[in-house]
Amino acid sequence: MRGIVLALALIGLGASPADALPVEEARHLLSRTGFGASVAEVRSLARDSREQAVDRLLAGIRTVPTVPPPEWVAGPRPEWSKYYESRDEVMRSAFNRAREVEADELRAWWYQEMVATPSPLTERLVLFWHNHFASSHDKVRHTDLMMRQNQLFRSQAAGDYRALVHAIAVDPAMLRYLDGNTSRRNRPNENFARELFELFTLGEGHYTEADIKEAARAFTGWQIRESDGTARFRNEFYDDGEKRLFGQTIPAGPDSHRTAIEITLAQPAAAPFLVRKLWREFVSPDPDPAAVTRLAAILTPDWQLKPVLRALLLEPAFWAEANRGSLVKSPVDLMVGTIRSFDLAMPATETLVNRGRQLGQRLFNPPNVRGWPGHTTWIGTQTLLVRREVLQQLARGQGVQPAQGGGEMMGGGMMMSGAMGSTPAVSTVPQRRIGRAVGVSGWTDLHKDWEATDDQPLILALRPVEAPVANQARVQRIERLLLDPAYQVK
Amino acid sequence: MTHGTSRRDLLLRAGMLGFAGWLPGISAAQTTAPGAASRKRTLVLVELNGGNDGLNTVIPIEDPLYAKLRPRLGIAPDDVLPLADGLALHPSLTALQPAWAKRDMAVLLGVGYPRPNRSHFRSIEIWDTASDSNQFLSDGWVARGLRQKPRRATDAVVLGRPYLGPLLGPEVSVVALGGDPSGFVRQANRVSPVPELHQTRTTALDHVIDTQMKLTAAGREMQSKLDSMPARSEDMPKSGLGDQLATAAQLILSGLDVPVIKVSLSGFDTHVYQRNTHGNLLRQFAEAVAAFRTMMIAAGRWDDTLVLTYSEFGRRPAENGGTENDASSPGTDHGTAAPHFALGGGVRGGLVGTQPSLDQLDAQDLRHTMDFRQVFTTVARTWWGIDGSQMVSGSHAPIRMFA
Repeated sequence: MRGIVLALALIGLGASPADALPVEEARHLLSRTGFGASVAEVRSLARDSREQAVDRLLAGIRTVPTVPPPEWVAGPRPEWSKYYESRDEVMRSAFNRAREVEADELRAWWYQEMVATPSPLTERLVLFWHNHFASSHDKVRHTDLMMRQNQLFRSQAAGDYRALVHAIAVDPAMLRYLDGNTSRRNRPNENFARELFELFTLGEGHYTEADIKEAARAFTGWQIRESDGTARFRNEFYDDGEKRLFGQTIPAGPDSHRTAIEITLAQPAAAPFLVRKLWREFVSPDPDPAAVTRLAAILTPDWQLKPVLRALLLEPAFWAEANRGSLVKSPVDLMVGTIRSFDLAMPATETLVNRGRQLGQRLFNPPNVRGWPGHTTWIGTQTLLVRREVLQQLARGQGVQPAQGGGEMMGGGMMMSGAMGSTPAVSTVPQRRIGRAVGVSGWTDLHKDWEATDDQPLILALRPVEAPVANQARVQRIERLLLDPAYQVK
Repeated sequence: MTHGTSRRDLLLRAGMLGFAGWLPGISAAQTTAPGAASRKRTLVLVELNGGNDGLNTVIPIEDPLYAKLRPRLGIAPDDVLPLADGLALHPSLTALQPAWAKRDMAVLLGVGYPRPNRSHFRSIEIWDTASDSNQFLSDGWVARGLRQKPRRATDAVVLGRPYLGPLLGPEVSVVALGGDPSGFVRQANRVSPVPELHQTRTTALDHVIDTQMKLTAAGREMQSKLDSMPARSEDMPKSGLGDQLATAAQLILSGLDVPVIKVSLSGFDTHVYQRNTHGNLLRQFAEAVAAFRTMMIAAGRWDDTLVLTYSEFGRRPAENGGTENDASSPGTDHGTAAPHFALGGGVRGGLVGTQPSLDQLDAQDLRHTMDFRQVFTTVARTWWGIDGSQMVSGSHAPIRMFA
């Protein structure tokens, strides 16, 4: 491809290894594993082979965020038990309002982290688990628990899936979201057991109603301690009798919740179920059955996520031309990806939080236990209009924080100087609109020849749908490309 | 690889989409009620999101068990609005009394389905797809019906929460409106129509293009009606549902041919502190619907309008614990069957069906006496004049809710 050769020459790389990633492949890998792709990110992979690039991304996965969470996370917390006991409606609604403000601060913090992180793959995985083991603040109504669940997803983002399932079974936010908290030995609540099989580990058709009832018994006894929001085991609520699950016996005695999960993960449906979901997240909407079997075999021995992610990202299908543009960008992907790709000034986090809600992706509030349905459901007539409006505003630097420190920021937020985050938090950094952003000149440098010939600019996964307008300035051209239908897919 | 232009679109352009053409084996004479295909009729679906407490909506006020099950949440006999047969409306529904008196409001009793599911998501999915309790279908029942009708630039409009629910399905042109139609038109007009000659390669991109085409087509169609579109009526209440129905009225009165408009009112999941919350929601519902009715009557459109409520489930007859020292704290948990309302000039007013008995509960919950698919089947046959058997799972006898 002439364009790519030219582009490489323009970056001044000199001689590249024979198997070095073409620029277009680097952009594809980044946009599928992170949020968009900035010029700096593309350049960072320029001398890598596919394997090296994938290994570099996996090696960069983090377990702690770069942006500090809202101060209240570490600070003294309100007495939840007083709230639960109180019947004073005025007090209760004030308490609830304060928690809603905190939930918005968590959302703002997460957006900041997604924009600032050097490992966008980490945030994609944390969001993947949030969507997979869905819990919503709307029901949990406890910001501490939502934050701790986010930290749990972070700690195992590409870690140990089995450990993650064990942890989620007694995760306080999950105990509240799927009613484990009110499950008792003589009247076990089946909510968690059902979703564990149907949505978290096996999928429909791989369990019976009897399995659900027995598993529900196995998970009794776990409750949230109101004083500090931690999970505790209460023997008086626990059904310690023998249970039968998937034809196996869980002996009488303690720890039946752990045994139940071990038996569940030993089901042949477990590994392919997760692999198919990862495939739909990173590769295409249609998992290839043979590849799923191959990848499941990598996952099963010890349930480590990194090896299976590595294999997934090196699957020929991941790189196949036919799968380019086969995934729809989520609202978060669209907004964060645009900011990162063009090194734009961080808009007011409030703007991102509100726009995310309008676009159907309210962080910490998936619509139900299935998570966001995603893919084509992200886009309807109303949301497409809002998406276009958001992109225009981002490109024009509207909705950006006032530069002179006047803006009240949520969650101790700060003005980002750009995706790579080298000089954070300076309020005098000029607002970066697309016209002035270094990202744009970088991109136009990167495929200068497009101006003359190339009809697939590098910021799109597919050729633009709209015909280019003759004699348009680069900046307008880029803005036009952001509004092209092809920009909505990756 | 798929081509970029949908089958529907090609057929539209080729002018091949006729009414009967979509009903193989069924002649137009069998399926079309007099005037049903030619007149611009609108079904207004009102989703009561969260599970409306039916027992405090249409109240069996003379049943002594009611007061026993609802010691703190129960409505006092002196406060209710009597209907007939020992049933009465919640006092917050007073705005609906004229419709009841004029007999253009039907109260459908005990609506539910066998083996009820008490999950919000699963149960609303069962309603939306008109499936059996243990059956998973992907298309909404309305979408299935719309596919049997002539194509339009706008088959349906969603106001309020942008959840397509019963409208979800391929080849149905659903426009979600955030609010003011002229705002939508203004925004949509800024979107350039997708060029005719384009190459697309994925279903994802096809979907974006298809949505953009719908958007621009709906915008153009709506633009042509803007001159005849009245301003938002000051007579409509200023509330969430009032705003949605005000927009619905604007669309209908502009002459836009839109067969279905979905509106929604959320907050019915009243596990705690039900008394005030529920009363406020019912008042908002009744006042908005009553004002909408008045507008449609004044405009001569009430005969062509059908307002139908639905909700994922009703709530448990026995109120829940609450606390000892706060009489306002109790609520109700997820239940099963509940009453629903049908209003319109063509509706046969009165009670329809049988109120579930409070002394014959299944697992503490009401036994449904009417399957919701009977209601949908009736809408399909009588309102749309199409064969409802393709729209709902199973065969369900129609009910008498139309005059």
